[in-house]
Amino acid sequence: MAVISNGTTLADAGAMSGLGSLTLIKTLTASSSGTLSFVHGSASVVLDSTYPVYLFKFLNVHAATDTANFTFNGSIDSGSNYNVHKTSSYFYASHEEGGSNGQVSYNTNNDLAQGTGFQIINEECANDGDASGSGEMYLFSPSSTTFLKHFIGRANNYHRANITNDNNFSGYFNTTSAIDAIQFKFSSGNIGSGIIKLYGIKDS
Amino acid sequence: MGLISNGTTLLDAGSLDGGVATGDMILIKTLAASNSSALSFVHGTSSVVLDGTYKEYLFKYINIHPTEVAQLVINFRDGGSNFDATKTSTAYNPYHVEDDTAAGLIYREAWDLAQSTGDQIIAQELGAAADESGSGYLHLFNPADTTFVTHFMGHTAYYQQLGGGGPFGVIYAGYCNTTTAIDGVTFKMSAGNLSTGTIKLYGIK
Repeated sequence: MAVISNGTTLADAGAMSGLGSLTLIKTLTASSSGTLSFVHGSASVVLDSTYPVYLFKFLNVHAATDTANFTFNGSIDSGSNYNVHKTSSYFYASHEEGGSNGQVSYNTNNDLAQGTGFQIINEECANDGDASGSGEMYLFSPSSTTFLKHFIGRANNYHRANITNDNNFSGYFNTTSAIDAIQFKFSSGNIGSGIIKLYGIKDS
Repeated sequence: MGLISNGTTLLDAGSLDGGVATGDMILIKTLAASNSSALSFVHGTSSVVLDGTYKEYLFKYINIHPTEVAQLVINFRDGGSNFDATKTSTAYNPYHVEDDTAAGLIYREAWDLAQSTGDQIIAQELGAAADESGSGYLHLFNPADTTFVTHFMGHTAYYQQLGGGGPFGVIYAGYCNTTTAIDGVTFKMSAGNLSTGTIKLYGIK
């Protein structure tokens, strides 16, 4: 039996509606992992038109290898290849623990211009025992076959030289094919530890 | 009377059943300022949860209005009773004055921290006139972790009263450079009180 009030269905089929718009879809935990991949239809991952916006959270992602870059890429073939063309921008604020070199700057080394390579999230990560990076990335309407697909992210990172980096990146997958998988990895070495969560954000 | 749908209990005894999906951003606590010297969220106090229950916490501060022009600041508690965790941070500042004579983006060395236990500025010269306030958000990642430093990042949009007046922002981030769990966060003004405003704490599942 459904419960309907003023034309709105509040409860039906054993569930209530309208109780929150952020839905945890999948949590992946690294343990000396080469990659962490979210592939639609695999291991309960949803990454299609179910949600208009997806949100990834990176929690204490720790590099096994010093000075490696934490990166991501997308796939249009269910994870067979992660090589979608991207154009992106990248700027960061940084400040050394010693108090010097506070700055905010655009970094042309970390952006992409129709590149198929992986987009840098955190640059030159330290692998000290207490070093890690945390942040988030929005992915908009990945299943659209009309428009390119935008992403916006921000993460704070413990840089190899005892520097805090506030990294900001955004851009688009320049394809009208659906993005159906996202992969995270370091440019060298493994993801020593860390958690990446995927959420869907409802539009109704 | 309970509410049962398709064999599943949804409501009973005045509350949702524990098995009902409620969304994964959970409001933990709302504090409202009323000429308050500080608004503090401390784990285990006044129903505040700020431990390993959630891997991420999100603060939303809404229309913070001071009793006098001053800095809005935050700090973190790392085990003791004081809000004095060691922090290294960045802070930069988009600005645009109302008469359109100045606009830009600048790194603010006076607002960042280098291994400091002092307060992090999240709004500089926050306006205190009747219609002036500041709002923003603060992410705090995995504060109960005892292996890694604890990252935070936030963004405040506010009315800066000095320097021509107008919309300013502080975009800040950094880490508490400790492997001790962070179990409290405080918001206060560098001078005077928090006249009005609301701060909400959410847990992200």
